[in-house]
Amino acid sequence: MTAAELIAMAAFKSNVYSQAFPAFGVERRGAPVQAFVRFDDRKIRLRSQIYEPDYIIVQDITLLKDVNVFAGLKEGGIAVINTEKDVENAPAGVKILKINATKIALEVLGLPIENTTLMGAFAAATGEISLDALKASLNERFAGPLAEKNIRAAETAYNIVKGEM
Amino acid sequence: MLQITEGSHAVAEAVKLCRPQVVSAYPITPQTHIVERLAEMVADGDLNGEYICVESEFSALSSCVGASAAGSRVYSATTSQGLAFMAEVVFNAAGMRLPIVMTIANRALGAPLNIWNDQQDSIFLRDSGWMQIYGEDAQEAMDLHFIAYKLAERHDVLLPCFVCLDGFIVSHTFEPVDIPSQKEIDEFLPAFNPLHRLDAKNPMSFGMYATPDCYQEFRYEINAAMIRAKAAYREIAAEFKAKFGRDYTGLVEGYRLEDAETAIVAMGSICGTAKDAIDEMRDAGEKVGLLKIRSFRPFPSEEVRTALKGVKNIAVIEKNISIGSRMLGAVGLEVKDAVYKDSPNIFSYVGGLGGRDIRKRDIKQIVQWAKEGRNDCFFGLREELLK
Repeated sequence: MTAAELIAMAAFKSNVYSQAFPAFGVERRGAPVQAFVRFDDRKIRLRSQIYEPDYIIVQDITLLKDVNVFAGLKEGGIAVINTEKDVENAPAGVKILKINATKIALEVLGLPIENTTLMGAFAAATGEISLDALKASLNERFAGPLAEKNIRAAETAYNIVKGEM
Repeated sequence: MLQITEGSHAVAEAVKLCRPQVVSAYPITPQTHIVERLAEMVADGDLNGEYICVESEFSALSSCVGASAAGSRVYSATTSQGLAFMAEVVFNAAGMRLPIVMTIANRALGAPLNIWNDQQDSIFLRDSGWMQIYGEDAQEAMDLHFIAYKLAERHDVLLPCFVCLDGFIVSHTFEPVDIPSQKEIDEFLPAFNPLHRLDAKNPMSFGMYATPDCYQEFRYEINAAMIRAKAAYREIAAEFKAKFGRDYTGLVEGYRLEDAETAIVAMGSICGTAKDAIDEMRDAGEKVGLLKIRSFRPFPSEEVRTALKGVKNIAVIEKNISIGSRMLGAVGLEVKDAVYKDSPNIFSYVGGLGGRDIRKRDIKQIVQWAKEGRNDCFFGLREELLK
């Protein structure tokens, strides 16, 4: 949920309306959870869950065994996945973007918390949020050295993805 | 200035800006984020009031009753089982004419235990004498708190008020919200000026014994105040609009109702999804509109009748069920009472109970059903689970 919230904040700072919400009632750190983000040029009124995403971010690859994370992903959609391994069962017409976010998070933050790293990868892969907006939202959410470290983690992932594109 | 914030935190900010002197609440999902934030504000000295930690919802509202009777502006928040537990005090607060404002993060009632959204909880206290106003999104939910205090505390009203927002759907969603400044709210909402209060120098009692020779008159007076609250609400919301630019002046609000043949009637966050569905249906040539009910108590029957004049089919979306009623839903009964002389086709469609997601396609199906004259029924029902 933190990643969804930060992406919504960054998108808003990129001058679009945004909305972020968890799959209600089960949001806890460490448990398998879903969270959703919408962007739009106008105020967002729609309140249903998202069934046909343009993009997905998978934070934990072990979920691929149990959950069809690609369900509903639109043709031409992008999946940003925290892994270096091959991704099986990816549907045709979907762009898979792999990044070892856990490794980057461990190196930069010292903790396997990949939210901000994946956010950097998402920004680079989709172009939906700018690096500046991303940094601004991290500066708003975190203070002092924690903000700096998270920005570094996000920027590292951003540059890796940009370099591969 | 717009900023991204969680619905619950927007409500907590609104409450802080209203300068309550006493906040008393017991945490319960999905209201928790509101009261957690308020407790932080008090602990940090950002909110100059007292936060009373109580052991139950019954005590939460009881302490609000005492503090309000003593002349303080007070606040509480709850939902579902918590509201059910405080029900006795809910009636007492209204009977004592105490202008308490309480947020309801709407949630289903057990059993079976369910923490997700519908509107059964506030609706079950329909007849308690509290006003009930419903916000569609975080901005409206927030703004209705400013209006609620001013309305509740007016000497020609003096009734408590629920400000309702859909649990999780609004309380746990991050979205852009424009938070007013303290100066602006201070200008809009002056300090509480109680008409009567507990005062050792001028002793009086609240909520005492009333025998058959006078009880009925108390009930008459509560109802008369509730009827006066309609005009009072409009005045205050007009004042709010003039100051802040956001328009909540209607106890109901129409959306694309001009020339509509079929109208959806709904309360709360589902109105947003309905508007998107209506835009798509309009693009496909269907004459469809929405009537949003902002105030369920007082119920604006005249406005409903005026707004739905000329509409052939009326489909009321019910996030509640009045069990045993032929019409199924509590909102539909009110709508039918308001418009039965003008339109024969008024139906209640019950759904979204216990957090079941309502999608645009559900709204479109309901419109189709109303056009076909399909009777009051559930939508989104999983037939395979029924015996």
